[in-house]
Amino acid sequence: MSSIVSSPTFDAAAAVRPVSAMTRSDRVLLAIGFLMAALTLMPILALVVIAVQPTGEVWTHLLGTVLPSSLVTTGLLMLGVGAITLIVGVGTAWLVTMCRFPGRALFDWALLIPLAVPTYIIAYTYVEILDYTGPVQGALRALFGFKTSRDYWFPEIRSLGGAIFVMGFVLYPYVYLTTRASFLLQSACALDVSRTLGAGPMRLFFVVALPLARPAIVVGLSLALMECLNDIGAVTFFGVNTMTFSVYDTWIHRSSLAGAAQLACGMLAIVFLLLWAERYARRKQRFHITTSRYLALPSYQLTGPRAGLAILACALPVLLGFVLPAALLVDYASRRLDELFDPALMAAVGNSLVLSITAALLTVAIGILLTYAQRIQHNPATQLFGRVASIGYAIPGTVLAVGILIPLAAFDNFIDGFSRSVFGVGTGLLMLGSGAALIYAYMVRFLAVAHGQIEGGFGKVTPHLDMAARTLGRNSVRTLFEVHLPLIRPILLTAVLLAFVDCMKELPATILLRPFNFETLATTVYNAASREAFAEGAVPALVIVLVGLAPAVLLAWSSAQSFRGRKSARG
Amino acid sequence: MTKTIRPTRSGLLAAALFTTAAMATPALADGEVNIYSYRQPVLIQPLLDAFTKETGIKTNVIFASDGLAERIQAEGANSPADVMMTVDIGRLDGAKQLGITQPVSSEVVNANIPAEFRDPEGHWIGLTTRARVVYASKDRVEQDSITYEELADEKWRGRICTRSGQHVYSIGLFASMVAHHGAEKTEEWLAGVRDNLASKPSGNDRAQVKAIFAGECDISLGNTYYMGKMQTNEKEPEQKDWANSVKILFPNTEERGTHVNISGVVMAKNAPHPAEALKLIEFLSSDAAQQVYAEANYEYPVKPGVAASERVKSWGEIKPDSLPLAEIANNRKTASELVDKVGFNDGPSS
Repeated sequence: MSSIVSSPTFDAAAAVRPVSAMTRSDRVLLAIGFLMAALTLMPILALVVIAVQPTGEVWTHLLGTVLPSSLVTTGLLMLGVGAITLIVGVGTAWLVTMCRFPGRALFDWALLIPLAVPTYIIAYTYVEILDYTGPVQGALRALFGFKTSRDYWFPEIRSLGGAIFVMGFVLYPYVYLTTRASFLLQSACALDVSRTLGAGPMRLFFVVALPLARPAIVVGLSLALMECLNDIGAVTFFGVNTMTFSVYDTWIHRSSLAGAAQLACGMLAIVFLLLWAERYARRKQRFHITTSRYLALPSYQLTGPRAGLAILACALPVLLGFVLPAALLVDYASRRLDELFDPALMAAVGNSLVLSITAALLTVAIGILLTYAQRIQHNPATQLFGRVASIGYAIPGTVLAVGILIPLAAFDNFIDGFSRSVFGVGTGLLMLGSGAALIYAYMVRFLAVAHGQIEGGFGKVTPHLDMAARTLGRNSVRTLFEVHLPLIRPILLTAVLLAFVDCMKELPATILLRPFNFETLATTVYNAASREAFAEGAVPALVIVLVGLAPAVLLAWSSAQSFRGRKSARG
Repeated sequence: MTKTIRPTRSGLLAAALFTTAAMATPALADGEVNIYSYRQPVLIQPLLDAFTKETGIKTNVIFASDGLAERIQAEGANSPADVMMTVDIGRLDGAKQLGITQPVSSEVVNANIPAEFRDPEGHWIGLTTRARVVYASKDRVEQDSITYEELADEKWRGRICTRSGQHVYSIGLFASMVAHHGAEKTEEWLAGVRDNLASKPSGNDRAQVKAIFAGECDISLGNTYYMGKMQTNEKEPEQKDWANSVKILFPNTEERGTHVNISGVVMAKNAPHPAEALKLIEFLSSDAAQQVYAEANYEYPVKPGVAASERVKSWGEIKPDSLPLAEIANNRKTASELVDKVGFNDGPSS
């Protein structure tokens, strides 16, 4: 049964580590894990190197002007988005896993959809719909005969509040997805025991289920918040001056890449501290599941007004995060349906798919390696490495892209120089300007997405199983493939899906590091957006949504199937 | 326990990786020219097609909004980039400062492009100009002339719309104000304009015209060619209505002239195809290319003798500010700092 072991005398990880020396397969796994972590760390290190260069009066200027207010703005944005994603994500996850009401099966996957649309596109559509010139205010003016904006009050969408609203309803699926997976994996036993002890639905939720899901919720929440931090597109539309803005202005207009890198590293340090504090607060807790028996989860049958409320609570996020903005995109796209058959669009779909699938699988593979290395060699070094390697997500995308550029170019030029000196023939740039550079970039950016998921999944597997497997003569590699991976399959699928969708949407690194004459769906959308012709990007934007949707639906279906299968087999 | 996942999957991954790597190999063959462009593909593609047709030289393009100069710098001696195309004098001059350019000396270019649009040492070459003008409501703005200085006047209180003060187009204009009036006066002016804003700076240049159309404000700052883009937008015919609701006022025509910025090109320091790159640059300065810039993009050609398009001429006579472009480049940093200092992007409330 699931348990939170608070006793400080029990160190699960110490129990995993065999008393004897590590085996050969342990060492190989660790070496590969370290190598992978080092690879993903390179761009951040490159930024640190840039950041230690002198920057003159950059900081005096920033401190004296925008920095204090942009710190507050960024803090408020994160608080607001954090609150919305928590309430919506956890609430809907609980409803669809624990309650029965009409439409539940539909919401189970529909709640994921907002994830498939790039945030800046949703932001753009909301500004179109809700600002002074949009249809809503236009209709109000026509209806009441208002002449100018001074005649009436309407909430300003281009504001911090607007940004919180939109980003909250676009990013909540991160929390929904991780929390839902955690609720599904929570052994029914814990909940049954609680119910036997007389806990009502509310107590069950707040006292048992929520604390048990905490690591998963934190993973989802930190992804949503890091996405907030690295976003530049959406905040531009809303005119919300976050830290990211300062990073960008410092680089582009004040020609100080070093100053920008310093700011970005400062933001990173704050994220790192927050994550560390959260972990420290629950350092003595363990969240393992000690049984592989998945009994049917207890469920509450909702009827009447309660069912109505549940439907409303699940429908609202989907409406706000997807249906409304998508309706505008469909309107734009319907005027240019001929583009659907454009061979260039087809090529972009192909490029996006090949890159995203490859990068998603590789990213998850590296996430598994890193997490497993942390498990078999539980010491501060491996922990730190795993942690640091996956916070690149919080760096503004364009700045990280420059960070990625540097180790790639250095590697290519090193190989070229080596080849020239040994064979007399240069190799040119091998990685840069090829798909490999993009896959590397995606891995660096989205390792956080996969790693958090996988770490949560491994955390649920009790170390007793490792020990049993090792006792039965399995080495660490076979234990991984025969014990861990099958046990956490639903979470692996979630991780692949999240990484895939994020790769499909990825823009800043794709656009800077891509080969010649190379477009993905995201860059095609951007080509239109960048010349202030957003409507022309509607077709590729919708294709991103469709391609992102397919795996979301598949995932929801397959995880439902796998649980159903287990339930019927056992119960 | 369910199925076992087999390690052979990593083999598949490796195969997929190599397929992707092979899918897009760097374009280094001869008879080609490699272009890193900060300008959108649709804007330059007609020119490149014409170039290929005339010379048989194939063009390869990477478009990005930021970081291309850093990419060339990181790629170093092996960089495949031959030329970099960009808007904004700041970017052109920045490339020279980064040391990623090489001087172009071509009699053709020197004959086509007046000296004020070229770097004295030939590190960058201007190809077109665009003016930052005032779009004014036909209904609510009577006057037919305006100055930038006037935008800080109280009579515009709550009537001005603009995009972010930190956008390159805004920075270019503010830098020219610093060059003409000094930092202190410009700071006062910026604070005055900020107080006159109708809303927080956001959106793009077209969105400001749309706001005038809807009645949110009466005047806005914008680049000239957007007028042409809106007037001819068949897919979004509502943009024609936006354009119809405004007239263009060319600021300061009676004195120093209207602020203009350039788009231009540099040759990369380690260009693998310098001969082809030179041909491309010479082509871009030719009559044929300059006409495409004028007719398709509604920009002002820099080659004397090539006329602006009829549509562009219909917006009114332009008298460009003769301030040397280098002055604008030098004052960008100050301008950007002043925007922060007065809290321009926080909008009118502060």
